[in-house]
Amino acid sequence: MDISTDQVGVLPPLNSTLATQIATRFVREELHKAGFENVVLGLSGGIDSSVVAALAVRALGPSHVTGVLMPYRTSSPDSLSDAHGLADQLGIHREVFDISAIADGFLSRKKDVNNTRKGNVLARARMIVLYDFSAQLHALVLGTSNKTEILLGYGTLFGDLASALNPVGDLYKTEIRQLAEFLDIPDGIISKPPTADLWAGQSDEKELGFSYAEVDRLLYHRVDLGFSPEKVVEIGFDRKFVARVLELIRRNQFKRCGPLVCKLSPRTVTHDFLYPRDWGM
Amino acid sequence: MKFKIALAQINTKLGNLEANTRRHDEIIAQAAGAGASLVIFPELSLSGYLLKDITTDAALDPACAGPLKHLAANESQTACAVGFVEQSQDFKFYNALAYLDAGAIQHIHRKIYLPTYGMFDEKRFFAAGDTLRTADTRFGRLGFLICEDIWHFSTSYLLAHQGALMIVASLAGPGRGVRGSSEMLGSATSWELLARTVAQFNTVFFVTVNRVGFEDGLNFFGGSLVVDPYGNLVARGKAFDEDLVIVEIDFDLVRRARAQVPLLRDEKLELTLRELERVSREKFLLD
Repeated sequence: MDISTDQVGVLPPLNSTLATQIATRFVREELHKAGFENVVLGLSGGIDSSVVAALAVRALGPSHVTGVLMPYRTSSPDSLSDAHGLADQLGIHREVFDISAIADGFLSRKKDVNNTRKGNVLARARMIVLYDFSAQLHALVLGTSNKTEILLGYGTLFGDLASALNPVGDLYKTEIRQLAEFLDIPDGIISKPPTADLWAGQSDEKELGFSYAEVDRLLYHRVDLGFSPEKVVEIGFDRKFVARVLELIRRNQFKRCGPLVCKLSPRTVTHDFLYPRDWGM
Repeated sequence: MKFKIALAQINTKLGNLEANTRRHDEIIAQAAGAGASLVIFPELSLSGYLLKDITTDAALDPACAGPLKHLAANESQTACAVGFVEQSQDFKFYNALAYLDAGAIQHIHRKIYLPTYGMFDEKRFFAAGDTLRTADTRFGRLGFLICEDIWHFSTSYLLAHQGALMIVASLAGPGRGVRGSSEMLGSATSWELLARTVAQFNTVFFVTVNRVGFEDGLNFFGGSLVVDPYGNLVARGKAFDEDLVIVEIDFDLVRRARAQVPLLRDEKLELTLRELERVSREKFLLD
């Protein structure tokens, strides 16, 4: 980190060359160590999954990457065509699996399902599809959640948050955009407003009530640089905005943890049975 | 004294001593073939770094036959520094570095400073070393340190004042810092600055050997370094990839540096000791 050029209040630009070098090695090495050659990921036509797909292609070559397009009947046709365009550009295998039958089969038996619950059902339906492809193709599932979403809890537990390897989980949305340009992701994908695409016109930033650029600057100072809540207000962030964001981080901690296990014995998995996941590899 | 060292910037398999020992065999043979008479491996090179509860299972008793004795007796009679988990006679577990030569363990350094902050959790699993001694080798007097040890200035200072001509640090340094204008990783930049400072302030050759590869998403960034006693960067290993860096070390350069800049000769050890005792006493009183 070049401290001398850091300005307070600013998220410094990403060194995309270095980030790409590390993220591609991460995918390749962690995959191969675990005894796999292939990866599978959901392609939404959005920027996060596009970046992860491009990183995977750089890491493994297109023949080891499968993108799964999982539209729901209300999904925007533009999302689907953007995903097709990206798969074409990268030359990867693609599977199209419409989740409407799975999701509606379930939803038709439930009443008064609000948008949050519906969104969770769609995310978990996609997880079922991806993990079955994982077994079918002998491929690990790549995650596409970025650091902003993970911290704010803007994702579905056991849904889009489920994956084996996530190469972009330590990059803020702002940094994903920079990486997307570096990786030649089409402008149309980079510039369209981020959306979960559950209904027409939905927008992440409208739902959250703030822009990614703004929240990323705050998260960077609070999480990465260790500024106190008082200090981030002092350097110019709105007090209410800060309180709201910090509360989102706290409240969503459960999404970043496994289930709690009640400790009864002297040695308990999750408490004091501590082995690395790369055990023996 | 002139001799060639090899910086064995390798990847390791976590908790798999058998595979790692085989890899050490290969690298020693390769380095010997390139004319090196001393091969330096990274921190915990026989066991891997992020061991957690594997620590006790991966531990070696230096008194017993095993990978250390096997490597010490290598065919090419190459000396080597190897990272391992040491199980002591009273069953403590140390993050240790063994200097092996002529079929035997000649010296063991136990890591003194165990980082236990941020991503590190070493104190939970390891006992801390409590001595700092140089090793008299067939190349001259050397000092051995492990990773975090170097971030405490007293360690290299104490080794230099015991007569070390070259200080070797084995590392398992995770890479981080991909923002800002620097071409290099933040952690690589910090290490280079530190290495050049340690070498220049102590007028010694300073060598770091870092590993590469991933453990549970942590990347070890390589970029091993050789710095001469003037603080000049002599060699740098590849970033992120395995590398075997062969460098000739000529202790005549230490002689010249110390003749021109006699920092060690002029150091006031007694004054330092006196003031340290006072500082330590007063700090204790203030607490």
